Amino acid sequence: MTATAVPVRPLKGREPRPQRFREMSSQVGWGVLAWVVGIAFFLPVLWMVLTAFKPESAAQTWPPKFTFSPTLAEFRLVFSGWGPFVTHSVIATAVSTLLVLLLGVPASYALSVHPVKNWRDGLFFFISTKMLPIVAAIGPLYVIALKTHLLDSIWLLIILYTAMNLPLAIWMIRSFMLEVPKELLEAARLDGAGRIREISGVILPIISPGLVSTALICVIFAWNELFLALNLTVTNAATMPMFLISSVPQEGLYLAHLSAAAVVASIPVILVGWIAQRSLVRGLSMGAIK
Amino acid sequence: MAQVKFVSASRVYAKNAPPAVSALDLDVKDGEFMVLVGPSGSGKTTALRMLAGLEPLDGGRVEIGDRDVTFVPPKDRDIAMVFQNYALYPQKTVAENMGFALKMAGVHKDERARRVREAARLLDLDDQLLNRKPKALSGGQRQRVAMGRAIVREPKVFLMDEPLSNLDAKLRVQTRSQIAELQRRLEITTVYVTHDQVEAMTMGHRVAVLAGGLLQQVDTPRHLYDNPVNQFVAGFIGSPAMNLQTVPLAEGGARIAGTTLPLPPAVRTAASRADLKELVLGIRPEHLHVANGSGELTGSGNLAGSRELTGEVLLIEELGADALLHVRLAESGNLVVARTEGRVSLSPGQKVTFRVRPEDVFAFHPVTGARLAG
Repeated sequence: MTATAVPVRPLKGREPRPQRFREMSSQVGWGVLAWVVGIAFFLPVLWMVLTAFKPESAAQTWPPKFTFSPTLAEFRLVFSGWGPFVTHSVIATAVSTLLVLLLGVPASYALSVHPVKNWRDGLFFFISTKMLPIVAAIGPLYVIALKTHLLDSIWLLIILYTAMNLPLAIWMIRSFMLEVPKELLEAARLDGAGRIREISGVILPIISPGLVSTALICVIFAWNELFLALNLTVTNAATMPMFLISSVPQEGLYLAHLSAAAVVASIPVILVGWIAQRSLVRGLSMGAIK
Repeated sequence: MAQVKFVSASRVYAKNAPPAVSALDLDVKDGEFMVLVGPSGSGKTTALRMLAGLEPLDGGRVEIGDRDVTFVPPKDRDIAMVFQNYALYPQKTVAENMGFALKMAGVHKDERARRVREAARLLDLDDQLLNRKPKALSGGQRQRVAMGRAIVREPKVFLMDEPLSNLDAKLRVQTRSQIAELQRRLEITTVYVTHDQVEAMTMGHRVAVLAGGLLQQVDTPRHLYDNPVNQFVAGFIGSPAMNLQTVPLAEGGARIAGTTLPLPPAVRTAASRADLKELVLGIRPEHLHVANGSGELTGSGNLAGSRELTGEVLLIEELGADALLHVRLAESGNLVVARTEGRVSLSPGQKVTFRVRPEDVFAFHPVTGARLAG
């Protein structure tokens, strides 16, 4: 007997042509759209960086110039003037972020892991402080600062930035703490860990990537904050955003100087974000459960 | 002395809901391996957590040794617990995980290291694993670290909450015997929660069966198997489960599959006293002895006095060493499962005859489930 083999039709190429074409063209379409959106978002930033290297004359032209002879003159100007501004910014941002973390962790703990009796009300109260427009609060804040002799003081900024960022930090840290498996906390309880050890030995190590991202958000907000700094400081606590504004005087636009200053002002935050990104990406995968 | 006592212990979650654990009275002897077994929602895990101090009591008390620990915080009860999901600290190494409780207790670093090494040795954990983090370990290794964490504390009582449920079947069988062996060696009172009755039967000195928050029966595995005190225990213990059929009472016994199975006088008296017209008969699969076509009997045992039941084979499950026959009984149409040894020459659709000894038959109250004249 001869055995007849049944021919097997190959699967490749069996898809109807119009279907494949539609799939491919939709992929290409999305790709193009992604590029367009990306470029649209990045173009202003790119433009700012380019302008920073232009001499002032070239910066003011219309239509805008893409070719020019680059110069570091504007950067030199920026670096010569930025000293006190950057110092104040760094101090205000760093100290306020530190305070936010120091205060936020216990607060979040009291609202998540071992909730206090009226934790819902407490949580809402925190968020409600963000509902007030800062413009409405500036008057009273000015008066208080005046009376307490804190006007134009770095400590005023630190206090205000801490208060500004704390609600957000508490919400974020709380959500991270809620992700800690309950069994882990019970195991720690059985092992004899008191409250402090529970937080420091068990909870903090697990949520540390979350803490980093919270700190990053606080740094960004504190560093870029303008309204409070503008209204409540003059020279002794003036921050980087104010330095940027000083490049926008009444009589005319110093675009190149402004761009250079903006680039320099952005770099620290971008750097912090870059460093933090690695620790964020390290991931929250755990081997504790299963 | 580390016996454990639940004295009328209760836990209620919602005000009008039935209690999760209802007035549990249970004594665990010093050095005993007590298994709490039952289906989901039976209250076994709640009872364990009450013993651990992770759940407060709404009534009654819990004693460890001779001490009332009802209001003592978990860390002061001198217990150690192995969680179902291990609950290993992810940022700590294996050695740090195992030594954490000792560190909290202020034990010196060298003593800690010594006890950790010893526990690791007991559990066959390599030295090199001691410096790894939990996420670099296999499931079985993590389970052993979780046990090591408990052993290191040298507690009065071990509490284990379904520690094998996350392991694959083969590893489960292996680890089961290791845990039992370990407990025998260490002689530490152990309370072990599981929903798997095979684990209960093979590991425990005694087994407590719980259902709906109530203790059904506490006894050695053998007695639970041979003398279930109610229908629930009878149907829960033993695999495949006991065949339970509601059958009408007839003259001198119960009518099933075309025959009258004689019931002992005590059972008949109890049934008539309770005014029963029917009751639940329980027959274990291995007590349905298959009579092959020629009337000879497979299997051993003296079958004097046995009665015959006939039925039709629906399905045959061959397990290698034995086979399970799913049979529809004649006349009543009830489905039963019978176990036979070795290979069967039967096929689905064929008629089959069983022989059943009256003394292998259990009788239960059809409403309350209580065993009639056990």
